[in-house]
Amino acid sequence: MADRRPITLRVNGQELSGSAEPRMTLADFLRDELGLTGTHLGCEHGVCGACTVLMDGRSVRSCLMFAVQAEGHELTTVEGLAAPDGSLSPLQEAFSTNHALQCGFCTPGFLIAVTEYLAEGAPGVDDEATLRARLSGNLCRCTGYQNIVTAVRDAAERMRRSP
Amino acid sequence: MKPAPFEYERPESLGEAVGLLAEHGEEAKLLAGGQSLVPLLALRLASPSVLIDLNGVRELDHLRLEGDRLAIGAMTRHRDVEEMAELRTRCPMLVEGVSLIGHVTIRNRGTVGGSLAHADPAAEWPSLVLALEGEIDATGPEGVRTIPAEEFFETYFTTALAPDEIVSEVRLRIPESPRVGSCFLELARRHGDFALAGVGALLELDSSGSITDARVTLIGVRDRAVRSSGAESVLVGARPDAEVFAEAAEAIDPEIEPVSDIHGTSEYRRHLAKVLVRRALALATERAGGV
Ligand code: FES
Ligand code: FES
Repeated sequence: MADRRPITLRVNGQELSGSAEPRMTLADFLRDELGLTGTHLGCEHGVCGACTVLMDGRSVRSCLMFAVQAEGHELTTVEGLAAPDGSLSPLQEAFSTNHALQCGFCTPGFLIAVTEYLAEGAPGVDDEATLRARLSGNLCRCTGYQNIVTAVRDAAERMRRSP
Repeated sequence: MKPAPFEYERPESLGEAVGLLAEHGEEAKLLAGGQSLVPLLALRLASPSVLIDLNGVRELDHLRLEGDRLAIGAMTRHRDVEEMAELRTRCPMLVEGVSLIGHVTIRNRGTVGGSLAHADPAAEWPSLVLALEGEIDATGPEGVRTIPAEEFFETYFTTALAPDEIVSEVRLRIPESPRVGSCFLELARRHGDFALAGVGALLELDSSGSITDARVTLIGVRDRAVRSSGAESVLVGARPDAEVFAEAAEAIDPEIEPVSDIHGTSEYRRHLAKVLVRRALALATERAGGV
């Protein structure tokens, strides 16, 4: 199965290329071909949300896409959230100060999914049920979610104060 | 958790896609949003030798509301329907039903045509298409064939599509009257899971407050989505009140055949479906400006 296809795409503002068999998922391509191991794989079949990345601004599960399908698209992974000088995004700050992670395995997926939510203006962030429903596509085995909920609220508040 | 090898085709037009499907026949699978198919590939429950990716077929990605007709291209993402501003007030049933599909990340990618062709009996789209008098275009080597929603869904994961046909568009009728109210309610064990049971309801009232048109659809309670003619015939011509809603809920009995599984017994699902019918009718009435 030497049928590898060349793939060129933009990741975190940089044009990158590699090659992959058609059956290689976008997640494996990011990790194994491009060396971007911040995107995690929990279940590899679309249940846990750990592999969430942004494609053209929208969150997608990178284990449910093939790398060949991302050709020519614009991706953001967790490596692209901090500023070039390393300073954290307001959401990353909020996760840190509110202890929204323990082992950190689920964190990249949460950060990406919530980055999309904050970019939409965080509709319903003050309503606990709405917020929890919004977060329900990402599983965390450690935290019990409470600190994640708190961190997302804190991030929305930080962004409201200094947009 | 790695799919078996396959050949990958990426047509850029519907004609090209139909040609590839005819050429590869049963060996091939169409890849739309991939939110159901890719897990099946990863678990190796499916291992087609050719995947025909429809994501490059631009002509299948469109969404237009003209008068009371909503035309949805097969590759339209759930999220695009959910976010269509006009629909929020015009047809809450549609927006609420679509927003119960999986999670945002799944709705960003999953497609309307994929969901219809997959025909999961607990999925929301088939019931929405039944409730809104949908018609589905199937394109094959002979051209386009239009299939009414009532004839499209046959049984578990089985539709009237021929093996060489591709769902290309679905058209719905979105009622325009201010005296129309609708909603979609379902119960799932966890947010984003497939529903134990779900109900879409749409009612139209006349100036005296009587029901002139009614649609009641159910998911998760049979081998396919159900439009309950029993409940609808109780409702049309009646005054919308709790007694009539209860009678309509009882009328679904002969039309559903819920199964028992780890998530709930058949009896529980039957009970739940009736409770949801009553609640959905009350909410639809309120939204139609009735009491
Ligand atoms: S690894 Fe993709 S959803 Fe779990
Ligand atoms: S912090 Fe360990 S899985 Fe979420």
